[in-house]
Amino acid sequence: MSRLLARLFMAVVGIVLAAPIVVVAGVSFNAQRTLTFPPVGFSLAWFGEIFADAGWRGALLTSLAIAASSAALAVAIAFPLAWFLWRWHAPWARLFQVLGTAPFILPPVITALGFLSFWATAGFYGAPWTVVISHAVFLVTLPLVTITLGFSSIDPSLTEAAATMGADDRTVLRTVVLPLVTPYLVSGYAFAFVLSLNEYIIAYMVAGFTVETLPIKIFNALRYGYTPTMAAVTVFFVAAAALVFSLVARFGDLPRLLGAWSSRES
Amino acid sequence: MTTARPQKIADYAPLVFPAVMLTVFFVVPFGIMVAVSFFRRVQGAFYEPDFVLANYARFLSVFFGEVLGFSLVLAALVAVVAVTIAFPFTYLLARLPRRRQVLWLVALLSIVSLSEVIVGFAWSTLFSRTAGITNVLVALGLMDEPMSLSPSFGALLTGLSYHAFPYTVLVLYPALARLDPTLMEAARTLGASPPCAFVTVVVPALRNTILATLIMVFVFALGSYLLPQLLGRPSNWTLSVLITDQAIYQSNLPFAAAMAVFLVLVSLALVGLSLLVGRKEAAQ
Amino acid sequence: MTSLVLENITKRFGAVAAVDRVNLTVPDGSFVCLLGPSGCGKTTLLRMIAGLEEPSEGRVLVGGDDVTRTPAHRRDFGMVFQSLALFPHLSVGENIAYPLRIRGVPRAEQARRVEELLALVRLPGFGERPVAKLSGGQRQRVAIARALALQPRLFLLDEPLSALDAKLREAMQVELRQLQQRLGITTIVVTHDQREAMTMADLVVVMNEGRIRQSAPPVEIYRRPADTFVADFIGITNLLRARRGPDGAVRVAGGFLAGVTLPAEEAMISVRPEDVRLVPPEAAAITGRVEFVRDLGASIEIYVEAEGQRIVAVASPRERPDLQPGATVGLALPADACVVLGA
Repeated sequence: MSRLLARLFMAVVGIVLAAPIVVVAGVSFNAQRTLTFPPVGFSLAWFGEIFADAGWRGALLTSLAIAASSAALAVAIAFPLAWFLWRWHAPWARLFQVLGTAPFILPPVITALGFLSFWATAGFYGAPWTVVISHAVFLVTLPLVTITLGFSSIDPSLTEAAATMGADDRTVLRTVVLPLVTPYLVSGYAFAFVLSLNEYIIAYMVAGFTVETLPIKIFNALRYGYTPTMAAVTVFFVAAAALVFSLVARFGDLPRLLGAWSSRES
Repeated sequence: MTTARPQKIADYAPLVFPAVMLTVFFVVPFGIMVAVSFFRRVQGAFYEPDFVLANYARFLSVFFGEVLGFSLVLAALVAVVAVTIAFPFTYLLARLPRRRQVLWLVALLSIVSLSEVIVGFAWSTLFSRTAGITNVLVALGLMDEPMSLSPSFGALLTGLSYHAFPYTVLVLYPALARLDPTLMEAARTLGASPPCAFVTVVVPALRNTILATLIMVFVFALGSYLLPQLLGRPSNWTLSVLITDQAIYQSNLPFAAAMAVFLVLVSLALVGLSLLVGRKEAAQ
Repeated sequence: MTSLVLENITKRFGAVAAVDRVNLTVPDGSFVCLLGPSGCGKTTLLRMIAGLEEPSEGRVLVGGDDVTRTPAHRRDFGMVFQSLALFPHLSVGENIAYPLRIRGVPRAEQARRVEELLALVRLPGFGERPVAKLSGGQRQRVAIARALALQPRLFLLDEPLSALDAKLREAMQVELRQLQQRLGITTIVVTHDQREAMTMADLVVVMNEGRIRQSAPPVEIYRRPADTFVADFIGITNLLRARRGPDGAVRVAGGFLAGVTLPAEEAMISVRPEDVRLVPPEAAAITGRVEFVRDLGASIEIYVEAEGQRIVAVASPRERPDLQPGATVGLALPADACVVLGA
């Protein structure tokens, strides 16, 4: 009896979670340029417009480029930091770990404002690459958390064994540590990538008037009324995220990456 | 690996890049923002360096006090709604067979990463007159004619709770996934039905986690900037909206900075609190 | 009146039967041990008795009532888990009072009963202590007290002593047995430690691969194992191949074995090392070569190789045979100590 209730509960939550996405997806297939559900007529025109329309296409490419580079930069910052904290006993270095976590914990509006002040003072306000750096620093938390988790899961006897066989730090890193930590590196990159793709406020505040990412474009478009291309873009976002995370799940142990002990057999 | 201390200067090498990046691109911007909050606002230009408390004083006016109050209440409501639904949900999720669990996790991750813009757009569609819930209700005969349910406080609350929900689940997940399953089983053998056992054993055993999560979701909701604009009326706008408004449209950077600093202090205090609470639980 | 009856209990996970057609009758007030190696199904069986798992087939009857479909919280059993599962947010007293609390027992009565139980498990005055501050043995006792709070009709324990160190474990075995005898409660314990089972149980149920191999009092299990698995699992034994010649005579390890009849031409025989007697080789039925001598102080183990089979004999220090590896030695296997095994 209670098992049935549990199933029902999860199903209801699932429906509520999916409802907005389903409706938007339905709308995106609507033949006419109106916001109606269920869709009247079927058309993939709006998906095509993402690529056909110069504005949307530009925004898409901009978003992808920024996401790819800022995620990479975030991992590049997180990895040596996580490695250092794992390798050495240096309590004062925890400070940098806190710094790495801070931007993400604070409301994004504040981080955005901070970056705005900074770039304005530095004189680079509006340059596109400022978004990359801003995103990277903002999103550093994600790879930092996953990579730290990855390091903590390394059995120390493995590195000790390598050391007794004559391997120096660099060799240990290359031959023992990296292979074990790579899944966490990848998942950290994936999380950062997807979040950068979706990020609005920092991109907007830092360079919103010169750089138009997809979220910025959507918000701007929303102010001026509705176009179904927005719905198509939404579907794209969800599909992209689902794809990325499915890949992570396929090649890694997703429950463990998210904090469970180890995969349960059931 | 962590008992050795760094020996030579070269050992510190890996720390250089992260340290520089984080210091230059986080500490400095943050410091600048705090400094700007004390600057004097100059009409027509950005601001000029000064030290005035006028920005903070203005902030303590009635209007902004109301906005602050509303923001805090809204964030608290969202936290309560999200955690109340997410806690039993995550408990059940963590107990699913592996395959279904991974499916759910991928779905939740996909939704959690969704931009506020998209969530706002999706829910405004769901609340609209032509493509929303009311259309379904009309089709089922429960309503006479469709109507738009947004912008409204209810719409905002729903949208924010939706946005916060997957985040809440992921925050609760480690603790619930690691929960000893024999605790529930022991309670059952002691005569408690499964719902009773859940309420009398699982919830109290994890009360510190619940508290810490409430705080984290509160901070998360506090930072919401777009949803109040997309789903709420101007009277529903939160502090974050005002900060952006002042910064961009009113070109009043010092005032925006002052509000932001205040928001930071509140957030930091709460995060610190949740860490303390979390540490107490880990010691159990 | 029999307390617990398991009828054809089977539990399948996919194509694998973790528990396979188990039939068992547990007399009222007895102490039963489910014994076997990891993965033999004993814990799954216990969980099915407790109601935490549902059998794929079969019935569970308690005092004549069919409880197969009754949920765990209505079965009125007390259970101690391997992890002990003490509620971390409650004190010792609150843990023990938990089953009483959710039944709506009045506060005063709860307190009285908690005191009673703490005295029973020899932890008087521990009521206010937080669970985290207890030693392993103390946590054990709290778990036992809690399980017995409602005077259940069945007391179930899943590897209760496995987390304790050796000395404490031995002491707890005796204590647990004494407690059970005092209360007269029907008790079922799952363990993989055969010494533990032999110490505590009235009835030992040896399981392997989901099936019951033998169900008998400890001494009978030891002296009359039902098959090679039981013989080998319990204590140390010599498993020897015996052959019946055309003349009807039984030969083992190159020598004749008198007084033993085989059901077929070939069979396995189990002989305990302490029953193997060392005799002068000239007069012996079986002769062999000493491989290895292990002097353990309290006993001396002699490993003998005879006709390709290894036989272990145990001698007491009083006899102190002066044997070196390589020496020839004679062995005698008394007929009443030889158990002819099925498979």
